[in-house]
Amino acid sequence: MCGAPDQAVALPPGTDLTKETVLTGRVVAEGHPVGGAFVRLLDGTGEFTAEVVASAQGDFRFFAAPGTWTLRALSRSGNGEAVVKAEGPGLHATELAVA
Amino acid sequence: MSRQDVLVTADWAEKNLGTDGIVFVEVDEDTTAYDGGHIPGAVKINWTNELQDPVRRDIVDKEQFEKLLSTKGIANDYLVVLYGGNNNWFAAYAYWEFKLYGHESVKLLDGGRKKWELDGRTLDTDEVSRPAATYTAKDPDLSIRAFRDEVVDSIGVKNLVDVRSPDEFSGKILAPAHLPQEQSQRPGHIPTAINVPWSKAANEDGTFKSDDDLRELYAEAGLDGSQPTIAYCRIGERSSHTWVVLRELLGHSDVKNYDGSWTEYGSLIGVPIELGSQTVGQSQKGQS
Repeated sequence: MCGAPDQAVALPPGTDLTKETVLTGRVVAEGHPVGGAFVRLLDGTGEFTAEVVASAQGDFRFFAAPGTWTLRALSRSGNGEAVVKAEGPGLHATELAVA
Repeated sequence: MSRQDVLVTADWAEKNLGTDGIVFVEVDEDTTAYDGGHIPGAVKINWTNELQDPVRRDIVDKEQFEKLLSTKGIANDYLVVLYGGNNNWFAAYAYWEFKLYGHESVKLLDGGRKKWELDGRTLDTDEVSRPAATYTAKDPDLSIRAFRDEVVDSIGVKNLVDVRSPDEFSGKILAPAHLPQEQSQRPGHIPTAINVPWSKAANEDGTFKSDDDLRELYAEAGLDGSQPTIAYCRIGERSSHTWVVLRELLGHSDVKNYDGSWTEYGSLIGVPIELGSQTVGQSQKGQS
């Protein structure tokens, strides 16, 4: 995936990236981070799976499973979505643009 | 019960900030959200240690609930307007608990924090202090709370509605995807439960869907509202959201929230568990 979201948001202690499939990313508008966006994770059928509020720096994170996911953000700066394909466990980073 | 008895709009809420006899209460999954900005004048209730016993796994008892509301300055005759993040999951859990202890007048802010924020309405960080009140709770109304033995006895007898995501229902994952997955209980769902994720009852902005849409949703899922229903999820908060929908908005008469939910059921020794995405009932109905 493009972009290199800040991984400063520490994973919980004991997170085993050889087993867990972690989707991380940053919400951006015109290249600038958007804090406080509502980011939801939709599964391969478009079904809602989870929702988080992005940090002040726009960072978000989900513990998912291998597969194809859609990330969708709602914010005061606009809405947007991105598809992420996680082929296996590990950290999968995405830049999620809103407009 | 009609929608107006259960929900207030953000517009209504904004006009009624500071009105005597109305108190806004924020309850969030993220218990620090309030501190970063809250609806002006709102007080905070922490679900982890104020709505639940801090030691035992249980909701607070009657005396603890009385003490909590007294301390927060909430009197018996106040209209309590609950709101929170994550599409009002924990506000709905609080709503259920207020109903359980017999609070007469309690409503949810439709859309919760999300709609409020997306609308660009005011949040502030002012400290809110209210004079203490003397609150008297009623005995818990156990007609709206299910315990594990009743749940086991309800398999194949009562409606069981699993409101978790399809992947939690099927056993693929154990928790919503914003939480770590490593836990001790077994994955899956209670046999005969149907899976109607809570999210299907809400719009993207966190507001509840219309009564007509909600009726259609559960009719399509094959839920007979004239029969007793038990809703469950992982820890009882998403199922509170569905409990509000079924009992309060749609007016089904016998709906219980199983707050022990999957973290209890999935840890019980010897109870039946079903894996996979569809129950028999669903596959008979759903393949149109």
